[in-house]
Amino acid sequence: MWKWLHPYAKAEHSYALAGKLMPWFLVLTIPSFIIGIVWGLAFAPADYQQGDSFRIIYIHVPAAMMAMAAYSTMAIAAFIGLVWQLRLAEMAVAAAAPVGAIYTFIALFTGAAWGKPMWGAWWVWDARLTSELILLFVYMGIIALYNAFSDKVLAGRAASILTLVGVINLPIIHFSVVWWNTLHQGATITKFEQPSIATEMLIPLLIMIFSFATFLGVMILYRFRSELLQREQHRAWVIKLVQIKGRG
Amino acid sequence: MFDAFVQVVRQDLLAAFRHQSAILNPIWFFVIVVTLFPLGLGSDPTLLSRIAPGIIWVAALLAALLSFERLFKDDFIDGSLEQMMLSPYPLAWLVSAKIFGHWVLTGLPILLVSPLLAVFLSLKMDAFCALFLTLLIGTPILSLLGAIGVALTVGLRKGGILLSLIMLPFSIPILIFSTMAIEAASFGQSYLGFIALLLAMLVGAITLAPFAIAAALRVSVS
Repeated sequence: MWKWLHPYAKAEHSYALAGKLMPWFLVLTIPSFIIGIVWGLAFAPADYQQGDSFRIIYIHVPAAMMAMAAYSTMAIAAFIGLVWQLRLAEMAVAAAAPVGAIYTFIALFTGAAWGKPMWGAWWVWDARLTSELILLFVYMGIIALYNAFSDKVLAGRAASILTLVGVINLPIIHFSVVWWNTLHQGATITKFEQPSIATEMLIPLLIMIFSFATFLGVMILYRFRSELLQREQHRAWVIKLVQIKGRG
Repeated sequence: MFDAFVQVVRQDLLAAFRHQSAILNPIWFFVIVVTLFPLGLGSDPTLLSRIAPGIIWVAALLAALLSFERLFKDDFIDGSLEQMMLSPYPLAWLVSAKIFGHWVLTGLPILLVSPLLAVFLSLKMDAFCALFLTLLIGTPILSLLGAIGVALTVGLRKGGILLSLIMLPFSIPILIFSTMAIEAASFGQSYLGFIALLLAMLVGAITLAPFAIAAALRVSVS
């Protein structure tokens, strides 16, 4: 049943597959991003309470969701890599980590920019913001650990282990922060509950989420390919590839 | 199998008692860090007793970080870590013994000096009981979590700061629940819920962490 997967354990096959998939993701990203951003920023109705400043939701929410999605991608890849000893899956962990970190940063930055008009402060120790910040710390830890090893095979494995440790810990951190927040502050701060959103606002949001998701795919595939090339630079297939490209 | 556990713990304790400064330094660090806060913030007892839980726990975290350096480093350098891997006993089991030994050397002394710090920071009796309980449950969790980070970084030459980068985010829940328990106690409320949560985390850490540590050590030593 899973036999068709076996060739992809070989680096050059995976490289080719990633190269084939990437344009498709890109084709999906560009139009959905343009449609989503124009619709969201120009045509969606303004919020009756927050006015136009709510429109940052079209960046903030997709980025936050994809920050989590990138982590789940890494966790699945790490699990596969450690259980079936697939070196390529560990490379995917390394490829996805910086992308996830950037998404997390975007979510935090837009969250702060949104907080300024809404809450009157750049930073509020809101439970979601805090756990997003901790997610960024975890990403940074994984990236730093990966970079610290000079042997990239070991680096990938160490990063995978840390990713899996994080999978168990992140929910605990999230809930602890939620309880901490509700007990500490309570009513002084405007509660940030997801409002039941109007359909005209929801559709562009969904389009933006789709666009961010496909872009995540593009970035991971791109970084995965460069990671592969870099690690296997002395292998015959890479040298051949470079020679062909150099001639053409 | 139990003999092996006892043997590893005994060896670690013996080695530590022959280099006593290694045990004492993190404790002094802990005491000094806590002393700095009243000096920096003023000596108002109400203020101090309000922020005491946070200060003591953050200081305990930092002291634990300092002491982790030694957990696997010496064994890694002199090759006894490899011998542990080759031994017929499961690596996760031997690692648990090492961590227990480490806790006796670092967590326990923190517990012992905690009454002194409670006096420094004018903690009341109820709050101190809660502090003691959270330290009793929380420091083993710290040791277990920290050991994962140590196992991942032991083969690296500059693992120190990396270790803190990796492990500090994961210790946030312990910090939160412990300080919340102490705060609840200082208001005279029941804090058993937080203690139960901490115990749950301890059980989870005891069952899962040794396997993660063993896997990480295999990466570092190979």
